[in-house]
Amino acid sequence: MIYLELFLGFLKVGCFAFGGAYGAIPLIQEVVLGYGWLSQEELAYMIAVSESTPGPIMVNLATYVGSAQAGLPGSILATLAVILPSFSIILLITALLKTVLKNVFVQAALSGLKPCMIGIILATGASMLLTRCAKGRTLDKKAALIAFLLAGGLFVCRRFLKKNPSPIQLILISAALGVALYGF
Amino acid sequence: MPILLDLFLTFAKTGLFTFGGGYAMIAVIADNCVQRKKWISHDEMMNIAVIAESTPGPIAINAATYVGFLQAGFLGAAAATVGIVLPSFIIIYLISMFLDNFLEFAVVKSAFKGIQVAVGILILDAGVKMLKKMPKKPLPLAILTGSFAAALCINLFSVRFNSITLMLVCAAVSLAAYRMKGGERR
Repeated sequence: MIYLELFLGFLKVGCFAFGGAYGAIPLIQEVVLGYGWLSQEELAYMIAVSESTPGPIMVNLATYVGSAQAGLPGSILATLAVILPSFSIILLITALLKTVLKNVFVQAALSGLKPCMIGIILATGASMLLTRCAKGRTLDKKAALIAFLLAGGLFVCRRFLKKNPSPIQLILISAALGVALYGF
Repeated sequence: MPILLDLFLTFAKTGLFTFGGGYAMIAVIADNCVQRKKWISHDEMMNIAVIAESTPGPIAINAATYVGFLQAGFLGAAAATVGIVLPSFIIIYLISMFLDNFLEFAVVKSAFKGIQVAVGILILDAGVKMLKKMPKKPLPLAILTGSFAAALCINLFSVRFNSITLMLVCAAVSLAAYRMKGGERR
C-alpha cells in the first residue's frame, strides 16, 4: 500500500528531523532507501532538485518523492505527512509556551541543545562551502571566487555601508554570478 | 487586507523566493515579520528560532505555524503554513511531471552552482550570529565544539551516525550536568 507507506515514512521524517533538512538528510536517506522507493543516485538527484528550487527542502523532497511514487495523491500525502508533526507540535508548544520554557529540565536540555545546534549549523555551512569549492582534490576556482565576492560584499555592506543585504538579494546575486562564470 | 490573506501572501512570498531551506528561511521570515509587518518583536523571533530548531520538522514550517498562530489562532497558523508550502509544492510537482531533466539545463546548473555558495555563506553567517549571542561558558562551548566536529565528519565523510543521536547526546549531557550542579547545591 504505497499511499500508507508514503504517509508513514514521511510522518517519521517530520517527527524526527531535527535541525532542518541538512541535518535530516541521513534520516531521509534511511527512510527512502529503507522502503526501497529510490536508488541512491535518484535520491541524490532529488535532493539536488529540492535544494535548487525555492521552499523548505524537506517539503520539496516529500512532494517530489511522493509524486514520483504515486502521482498527485502521493505528493499531497507525503507533503501533508512531513508537515503535520511540526504543525501540531508548534500549536501545542505555542499554547503551553510560557510554562514549558520555564520548566527547569526543559531549560537544562535546551542549554545543551542550543550549542549543539549551532555546532551543526556551522558544520553544515562549512561543509557546504568546502564541498562546493573543492571538487575532488582540486580547487574550483570559480566557486572560490564567488565565495570570496559574496563574503567580501557582505562584509563591506555591513561594516562600511551599514546595510544588511537580504538573503534573497544574496541568492539572486550568487545565481547571476554562477551564470556569468559557468556559462549558460 | 484581512489578516488571514496577509499571512498567506507574506508566507507564500517567502516560500517562493527563499532557496536553501530552513536556516536561510529564518533570516527571511525575520526580515518580513519583524521589520516590515511588525507582527512580532525581535525577542519573539529569537524564541521562534530556538523553538523551530529544537523541535522536529522543517524549520520554515515551524516558524510559519508559530507566527500564524500568534497573529490569528489556528486559522492563522493554517494560512501561514499553507502559504509557505504551496508555491514550492506547485513548482516541484510541475518539475516532477514535466521536467525530468530540470538539472541538465545549463542555466539552472550554473545558477545553482552560484546559489550553493551563497547558501553555504548564509548558513555559516546565521551560525556565527547565534554563536555571538551564546553565553561563553565551558560546557556549552565544549558541546558546540564536539557537535561541530561530529557534524563535520558526518557531512564530509558520510559517517553513518545520525544527527538526532547527536542532539540527544547533547541534551543528555546538559541534563546530567544540571543534575550534578543541583546535587552540589543541595
